[in-house]
Amino acid sequence: MNDFLEVLVVGLGNGAIYAMLGLGLVVIYRSTGLLNFAQGELAMFSTFIVWTIWNAGVPMWLAIIGGMFGGFLIGILLHQVAVSPLGDPHEKPLAVVIVTIGLFLALNGAAQLIWGTVDKRLPPLFGTGQVTIGGVSIQWQKIGSLLVLAAMVGLFLVLFQRTKVGLAMRAVASNSESAGLCGVPVPRILMLGWGLAAATGTVAGVFTAPQLGLGTNLMQLTLIFGFAAITLGGFDSILGAVVGGMVVGVLSSIVPQYVSAFERMPLAPAFILILAVLLFRPQGLFGSKQVQRV
Amino acid sequence: MSLLEVESLRCGYGIVEVLFGLSLSVDEGELVVVLGANGAGKTTTLRAVSGMISAEGSVRLNGREVLGRRPDQLLASGVAHVPQGRGTITALSVEDNLLVGAYQRKDSEVSADLEMWLEAFPRLGQRRNQQAGSMSGGEQQMLAIARAFMSRPKLLLLDEPSLGLAPLVTREVFDRLRDVTQRTGTAVLLVEQNANLALDFAARAYVLEAGSIVASGPAEELQHDEAIQKAYLGL
Repeated sequence: MNDFLEVLVVGLGNGAIYAMLGLGLVVIYRSTGLLNFAQGELAMFSTFIVWTIWNAGVPMWLAIIGGMFGGFLIGILLHQVAVSPLGDPHEKPLAVVIVTIGLFLALNGAAQLIWGTVDKRLPPLFGTGQVTIGGVSIQWQKIGSLLVLAAMVGLFLVLFQRTKVGLAMRAVASNSESAGLCGVPVPRILMLGWGLAAATGTVAGVFTAPQLGLGTNLMQLTLIFGFAAITLGGFDSILGAVVGGMVVGVLSSIVPQYVSAFERMPLAPAFILILAVLLFRPQGLFGSKQVQRV
Repeated sequence: MSLLEVESLRCGYGIVEVLFGLSLSVDEGELVVVLGANGAGKTTTLRAVSGMISAEGSVRLNGREVLGRRPDQLLASGVAHVPQGRGTITALSVEDNLLVGAYQRKDSEVSADLEMWLEAFPRLGQRRNQQAGSMSGGEQQMLAIARAFMSRPKLLLLDEPSLGLAPLVTREVFDRLRDVTQRTGTAVLLVEQNANLALDFAARAYVLEAGSIVASGPAEELQHDEAIQKAYLGL
């Protein structure tokens, strides 16, 4: 039983990371209506920025804020240089998706050039200590990741539901042309979406790096789990990203433990989940169904 | 000086020219209609004026050249555009749609205006929290108009509000529109195929054919013009 609980806790901790990355994907989806394949690499790149600042002797939490800010600027820059010149993503979705795949490769290459191919060590934000509750030992880092995730969700819910910028982002996602006619500066809103997504990714990267080691392929597997998370939760739902992330995290830590066939293919549960959701409930658990009457 | 002056407007899509040097004007608070058949260039005219597509010529607002600006910049100068097909932001609620309409406003009367428009369009008031995309065509058209008024425009560009609506619903839309323009003193540049309704509504009219203005004058005069009656009124 304790074994099961420990695997469950590991799953929840991983799930929190998938959810964080998923949040960044949801933010981009909410403003552009598209999946951003570069989300993971953006997160990896800004995690390296965190490492660079921390390595220079700055306290970790300050380094993270620096990395988020750096990620924000890089997200904005990439949008302005590579995405925005294509025009409205709602009119040319395929071109923009292909560009995000290109950015995936470019960011990965750039990170290798700057930081080399040897993994760096990034210590866990909440230390290596653990606490034992009811016979189950839980790392502080796992508890910390859940708390940070909760804080991020709170901030995003306020942003989307209570602020004017959030309203504008939702409007642009649903109908960018109309939003523009209503006075929303569409290019600026899209740019902001990219910046926010990249900053969000930084946090996901900072929690992933201590587990996997900080290398340039840090987020590549995580991105697949992130996709699975938001597919399950619904591409446009903040809460969906969280619930989806948790389910995916728990599934991919428990299933290989009890079904030997999955031991050697840890990604399989995530893929099966994506497939099943797309088949039976394409809008995900919490996603909004497209409603249109003519 | 007119509120809106359009002079020798030329534009097209790719190599296809749609407008051949179109000129028209709208005075402050004036209700003007551009009549024309399918493909005459009505929608293109509005899209060029509000900056949705690029065009040559001149578009002046209170004497200032505004051609080449983006729609959101034009809105800041007081021009709201209700596009063909109503432009409903389908995923948002009725209330949120209206609030997006007030995006550029910084004053404190936005929520008062919201209540006012929900009252002026009772059908919207009943559906305040409903997802806008799930409403009927007539309701979405009223939402589009109310949303445009949320920006407190000086000039409303209105693209074929009757499109796809039943005659009774169209009449209701026009009745509401007449009420609110009277109340707010907003000028309207309407493009329509439904000449009967449009000439009843407007004070002045232009007739657009194949990208050029072929006739213009007071709406009442055009209503009794034989050629117009034949071509547009089915008399």
